[in-house]
Amino acid sequence: MAFPIPDEFKAETEAKAQPIPLGAYLPYLLAGTFFGFVAIRSEIASWYRIYEMFRFESFHMYGVIGSAVLTGALSLLLLRRLGLRSTDGEPLAVRPAEPGRYRYLLGGLVFGLGWGLVGACPGPIYALLGSGHAGALVILLGALLGTYAYGLVQRRLPH
Amino acid sequence: MEWLTHPWPWYVAGPLIGLMVPLLLLLGNRRFGISSSLRHLCAAMGSRLPFFRYNWRAEGWNLAFVLGIVLGGFVAGVWLANPQPVALNPQTQAALEGLGLSPDSGLLPKELFSWAAVLRPEGFLFLLIGGFLIGFGARWAAGCTSGHAITGLSALQRPSLVATLGFFLGGLVSAHGLLPWLLAWLR
Repeated sequence: MAFPIPDEFKAETEAKAQPIPLGAYLPYLLAGTFFGFVAIRSEIASWYRIYEMFRFESFHMYGVIGSAVLTGALSLLLLRRLGLRSTDGEPLAVRPAEPGRYRYLLGGLVFGLGWGLVGACPGPIYALLGSGHAGALVILLGALLGTYAYGLVQRRLPH
Repeated sequence: MEWLTHPWPWYVAGPLIGLMVPLLLLLGNRRFGISSSLRHLCAAMGSRLPFFRYNWRAEGWNLAFVLGIVLGGFVAGVWLANPQPVALNPQTQAALEGLGLSPDSGLLPKELFSWAAVLRPEGFLFLLIGGFLIGFGARWAAGCTSGHAITGLSALQRPSLVATLGFFLGGLVSAHGLLPWLLAWLR
């Protein structure tokens, strides 16, 4: 008997496709371009930097992640203070994580095993792909296979 | 214009990455997270599994975002490429030489990421397995470094702290245990 696993995306109930104008994607494309640029320039997409981080031999990655979290937290505080809302009237806030007892630690460990080997998390995989690194293509293929495999066995895993 | 090609220090890059969180909220109340795109790609390729049957078109912004990352990677890595190798700690360099990896082949060690490495079956398998663990783990944990270690921690969400600890523990096991062993097999 399949039990429902809380999910961030609603199951497709009816095929009521509302066409989205292509221009609506442009701000996200530009935001992504900016992020990809920063990922390469800051060397967080470097296998070397990840290896160095796991050997505790450089402050660089810790500094990047720490100051990113601090900036993110302060911005969220500011957004809440300003009481900004989206066009459909919802307050601007980070959607809460799905409930789960085991999934975050176990899934996190599996992710970390891969991260420590190939030294790239999903953002850098895309950035390295754009930089023309052959290896990034294979990592992306593996990541798609892994995502699909999770979809196959999802209901047999503890969450 | 040297700043465009030279590496950026952590105190410049970190805040810029952190600003992605409010930027995506301001653009459309979206949660900054990159690994969801892998799921959308599986869904878009027409998988019939229940996990991939949702309206992925409604998440098209995420696919536009990762397409942008590819473009940004091209601009920074090809067009405005930094010719210098990554300035690593000498201790790290020594460890790399012990592993049989060159410490100065640009952003990535060529022994693992060049075409020559990828076209060897062992090299291909190494990257494929690493990628597989990343994709599988990211969906099990419902997010990756961007969604949990940056966004979730910024929002003080407890599950994200647990996931981030998992990422780090898993990475330590790989970097200190699996990696030397796998590299010995690769050679």
